[in-house]
Amino acid sequence: MPDARSDIFARIREALKVKAPRPHLKGEPVAGMTSTVAKPWLPDGGETTEASLTILAEQLARLKAVLIRVPDQSSAVKAIAELSVAKQWKKVAYHGHASTRPVAAGLGCETWEVDAGFDKQKLESCDAGLTTCEAIVAQLGAILVSSTGSGGRALSILPHAHVVLAEVTQVVPDLGSALALARARHGDRMPSMLSFITGPSRTGDIERILVLGAHGPKELYLVLVG
Amino acid sequence: MSDPRSIFLKDATVTSADGTQRAFIRKALGGYYVNRDLQKARYRDWERARDAAALAKWNAVNDLAVVLEQFTANFERNGGVVHWARDAAEARAIILGIAEKAKAKAIVKSKCMTSEEIHLNDALEKAGYGVVESDLGEFIQQLRGEAPYHFVFPCMHVKREAISELFTRHLGTPPTDSPEELTMIARRHLRQLYVDADIGITGANFLVAETGQISITENEGNARLTAALPRIHIALSGIEKVVASLDDLSVLLPMLATAGAGQPMTCYNTLYSGPRREDEPDGPEEFHLVLLDNARTRLLADPEQRDALHCIRCGACLNVCPIFKNIGGLAYGTTYQGPIGSVITPHLRGLKQWNHLSGASSLCGACTDACPVRIDLHHHLLHNRRNAAKESPTWFDRAFHHGFSFVIKRPWLFAAGGRIFRATLPLLRKLPLPYMGAWMKTRDLPEAPARSFREQWRHDHA
Ligand code: SF4
Repeated sequence: MPDARSDIFARIREALKVKAPRPHLKGEPVAGMTSTVAKPWLPDGGETTEASLTILAEQLARLKAVLIRVPDQSSAVKAIAELSVAKQWKKVAYHGHASTRPVAAGLGCETWEVDAGFDKQKLESCDAGLTTCEAIVAQLGAILVSSTGSGGRALSILPHAHVVLAEVTQVVPDLGSALALARARHGDRMPSMLSFITGPSRTGDIERILVLGAHGPKELYLVLVG
Repeated sequence: MSDPRSIFLKDATVTSADGTQRAFIRKALGGYYVNRDLQKARYRDWERARDAAALAKWNAVNDLAVVLEQFTANFERNGGVVHWARDAAEARAIILGIAEKAKAKAIVKSKCMTSEEIHLNDALEKAGYGVVESDLGEFIQQLRGEAPYHFVFPCMHVKREAISELFTRHLGTPPTDSPEELTMIARRHLRQLYVDADIGITGANFLVAETGQISITENEGNARLTAALPRIHIALSGIEKVVASLDDLSVLLPMLATAGAGQPMTCYNTLYSGPRREDEPDGPEEFHLVLLDNARTRLLADPEQRDALHCIRCGACLNVCPIFKNIGGLAYGTTYQGPIGSVITPHLRGLKQWNHLSGASSLCGACTDACPVRIDLHHHLLHNRRNAAKESPTWFDRAFHHGFSFVIKRPWLFAAGGRIFRATLPLLRKLPLPYMGAWMKTRDLPEAPARSFREQWRHDHA
């Protein structure tokens, strides 16, 4: 008996011998990359940085994520320290990075860099996880984190709150730009995980009523420097 | 009375008569309509965006051998292991094999309709593994011992009181009528399970050929946890989920969220390319992908309905379907409910046993209008009806068509028949008509016109 793989490929090739008609479209197909072609049809991500930042702020507000804009790195340290006091965080895990280390040092609570590996149980008990990100998508209010650039897979999902520290220059207009950026930056060696985070974790499974903090963080803060 | 058709008729009759339940479903969907319209309005041209989404899927499905080959080569290069399953039994055997080799004890799952399709939980439980569904809706359905009601909103038919009682019974928690409190109970209960599980099983929404990544869409974060904490990650996916390039997701991900749940984008859209890299702090040691055919190639071989493989399982067609809203998701008796389920189930599980679902449609076309990837859903229901009549006509089909073609070829006979019918109609109105009871219960036969259409035409145009 031939193996399953060759069997399935044989079935596919046989099936595709007959061509299928093109779907009924509203307009004529346009040649080119999907994101470029569809750009004028998709939700706006802003043509200028200012426009993108306005859209981003609106999107994040709708998603019930908190945007904190600060002029420089030292005010970011201060803002996150204040946040941790207001929220009474006792333990904060963070991704070790030139921008996050001063923040961790400025917190008045226990902090812990997870990059060298960590105990799952201990991470679960953390009040917040602090990470950087790869990019921020204005069009959708989505934050792109990665397993290499944001302290692995669990840091941005397991602690009860997630704080993202980013620069204004990391804001891109739309999803297509963010995907292109990831492709250009990582080429054929993609991080094992790339995740677009669009607001705090949520569910509507009970009577379709929105509840925040289903399994992931209940709170999401984006601290934007610049 | 245990064939799928009889069960369907019985269940659908019961559920469609339950006015309270129907009102509950309608109310639950109310918020969805509002949010969907709000998000759709942000698109500068939703219809053209549908064109782009439809073409992305059309291109991939019609070049499936090439893109699938490219995808698996890249996936393996990234360090993942690909397994091929011709049918459900092979897929179950592969996953059981991995679990056995890993000496696994606890398995945590995130939402995966393909695993419902192959009845994976049953197989794992019979083999002695503890399996827990982590998606809140699936978790509730698992405790209820019931199949999902809707493939995106699994427990949308269950009232909070019932969920509270369920949790009290199984988890020993105090009763509450707050959805928030109920969600937190499940959250606390499941968190420990992610930490303890050896294997995490997920589905996949897209397979990206260009990069060898799999894309998983979710709101709760349970799939993220399932793929982060256990030692082994197994993803199960149909072969049709592949798209050519990463760039295609720039259209598909937002449209999936908007069409399916009225969101700009689902909370977590995650791309996995392999097991943990040596320079990463965490992640699974092994990453397996089981690619399932299970009659998908049979659907592929039908060029007329091949586009049903474009489906991104957003659930929009269910949310707008008058049949779904009236009979509910469980009455279908299928893994995939609603219009898309009625279209593909006959292909996946046999036209003869499942064609009755094609009849459960008003052919209003709401599903076709709602579909973000432009699947010609309501026409496919007609195609299935036609194919069923061709493949295995009932004696009634055969007799009727013979009689019809005999009469229609003889105009004089047709006219005579009409005359007799018009003359006897007043009589028919008084008689209980055989086989027509259900139809006639809520309808009256109209008055017969004095002359036939042909007579009127001839008269008016003389
Ligand atoms: S058929 Fe279309 S509308 Fe229905 S679930 Fe699939 S993609 Fe969504």
